[in-house]
Amino acid sequence: MKKRSVEELKEIAKDLRKKVVTMIYEAQSGHPGGSLSAADFVTACYFREMNVDPKNPKWEDRDRFVLSKGHVCPIQYAALGTLGFFPAEKLHTLRQEGSPLQGHPNHHCPGIDIPTGSLGQGFACAVGMAIGLKVDKKASRVFTVLGDGECQEGEVWEAAATANKYQLDNLIAFVDVNNLQIDGTTDEVMPNLDLGEKFRAFGWEIYNIDGNDMGQIVRTLDTIRMHSHDHKPKCIIGQTTKGKGVSYMENVGSWHGVAPNEEEWKQALKDIEEGF
Amino acid sequence: MEKKATRNGFGEEMVILGSENKNIFIVDADIGKSCKTDGFTKAHPDQHINVGIAEQNAAGVAAGMATTGKIPFVVTYAVFGSLRMCEMIRQEIAYPRLNVKIACSHGGFTPANDGASHQAIEDMGVMRTIPNMTVIMPADYWAARKLTRAVAEYDGPAFIRFTRDAIPIIYDENTEFVIGKAHIAREGTDIAIIANGDMVCYGLDAAAKLAQEGISAKVVDMHTIKPLDVDAVKDCVENIGKIITIEDHNIINGLGSAVCEVVAEMGKGKVKRFGIQDQFGESAPYHRLLEKNGITVDAIVAAAKNF
Repeated sequence: MKKRSVEELKEIAKDLRKKVVTMIYEAQSGHPGGSLSAADFVTACYFREMNVDPKNPKWEDRDRFVLSKGHVCPIQYAALGTLGFFPAEKLHTLRQEGSPLQGHPNHHCPGIDIPTGSLGQGFACAVGMAIGLKVDKKASRVFTVLGDGECQEGEVWEAAATANKYQLDNLIAFVDVNNLQIDGTTDEVMPNLDLGEKFRAFGWEIYNIDGNDMGQIVRTLDTIRMHSHDHKPKCIIGQTTKGKGVSYMENVGSWHGVAPNEEEWKQALKDIEEGF
Repeated sequence: MEKKATRNGFGEEMVILGSENKNIFIVDADIGKSCKTDGFTKAHPDQHINVGIAEQNAAGVAAGMATTGKIPFVVTYAVFGSLRMCEMIRQEIAYPRLNVKIACSHGGFTPANDGASHQAIEDMGVMRTIPNMTVIMPADYWAARKLTRAVAEYDGPAFIRFTRDAIPIIYDENTEFVIGKAHIAREGTDIAIIANGDMVCYGLDAAAKLAQEGISAKVVDMHTIKPLDVDAVKDCVENIGKIITIEDHNIINGLGSAVCEVVAEMGKGKVKRFGIQDQFGESAPYHRLLEKNGITVDAIVAAAKNF
């Protein structure tokens, strides 16, 4: 864990958001909407909460981070590249042939332990990691990010049940509830009902927050750290805005998987910088 | 001839492996008793995870555990271990080449009276098409024990398939097996029978009958269909030229197909395949299901004579 103020983290999140839109603009391919909605939680994990060593990505006692909603990997790549897991220049190679920054995360990228991108699966892997770390009596924790649309996958609930059975208090899930998925709103496509109540029914400790409010994120992670030995897995239900920080992307579903053109990219950088 | 199910060989060897290596885990999905993991569970409760009736999750959990240095064996029936878990195996186990084993009882038609829902006739073919995957079916109790050990010692993903029913014991504890290396169960010069699983026994029975008629049949136990022992197939083509394959698996994409891929590229040699005729099974005695697909010792003998 690193001492960083909420204000500092907000500035870092701004920087990562700019990197996200730049990467996707340069690649002319990628998923900006969900990358921006998850940006604040990812920032808080990598730049404050987690114990990781960029110079030794496989450090045995590291905390783990599994981006179960793998399509928003630009935000994870931005964090890893900024921290120095790989040279920052690599951030200009998103989705290019031979790049460790594949269209969806894989194990060849320093700092990424397991491939994700097929929804629901990363979460089950995170559960398996938490079991393995517990067996070895490690203090390491596992942080994982799911999409709200992703929670329509049955495997999510199989894994949630397993986390309860094995009392995985070393597992922290963040559900990025931006209410949008490819074919429409989550309510239109498949109502999630109350995700917090669902996780609670599966035996998880629930924290309902504004997932784009850095202060709330930090306070929640502080609280969770205090309850690391209560035998309960933790789930943060983060209400977020898809496309957060970019005026024309906010709450617009069509920005799920589309790259900005040059003009849009410049506007995005301006919006993020000015906190429009 | 003494008989024992290969799932028992697996279960017994796992108990020993669990003592030798504390990183070896079993991830069950509720059917541990049926898959013979109960001995392991009793002996090594701390190395046992049961995720309930949730096979997809079992694959993901095992993958996650493997990233922390564990060697998980996901145990279920072959139909679920190949098809229900298929994409999870592909994405989270085979793609990152994690050290996870998929160990399945009830291979082929062996869950005969359970009917088509539980009979795995596509499993080895499906697994064979996934990069990084090793695919194995041992021929008897001893082969099951030895190959279970070999799979545990191998660093990478593997699918290993066992029979539900008792099948003849054709080897002994001194028979050695190497992943990817065919085992010659009987030498011969006139025709080569390449089989795996309990079909090796069918091959040996056919070879014995053929011998009475003066025909010398070689029987190759191709326990690993991926990576296939290409040299063993080439040897059969070069020195014999006539090959019969037998498998308790769909005729498409299993052992017979793998052998034909080699033979076709050599541009010589001839193959006759015995297998399930691209149709689903039903609840019926095991031997009847095989008969309905033309898999009998007499049919193999006739094919050899009329080659």
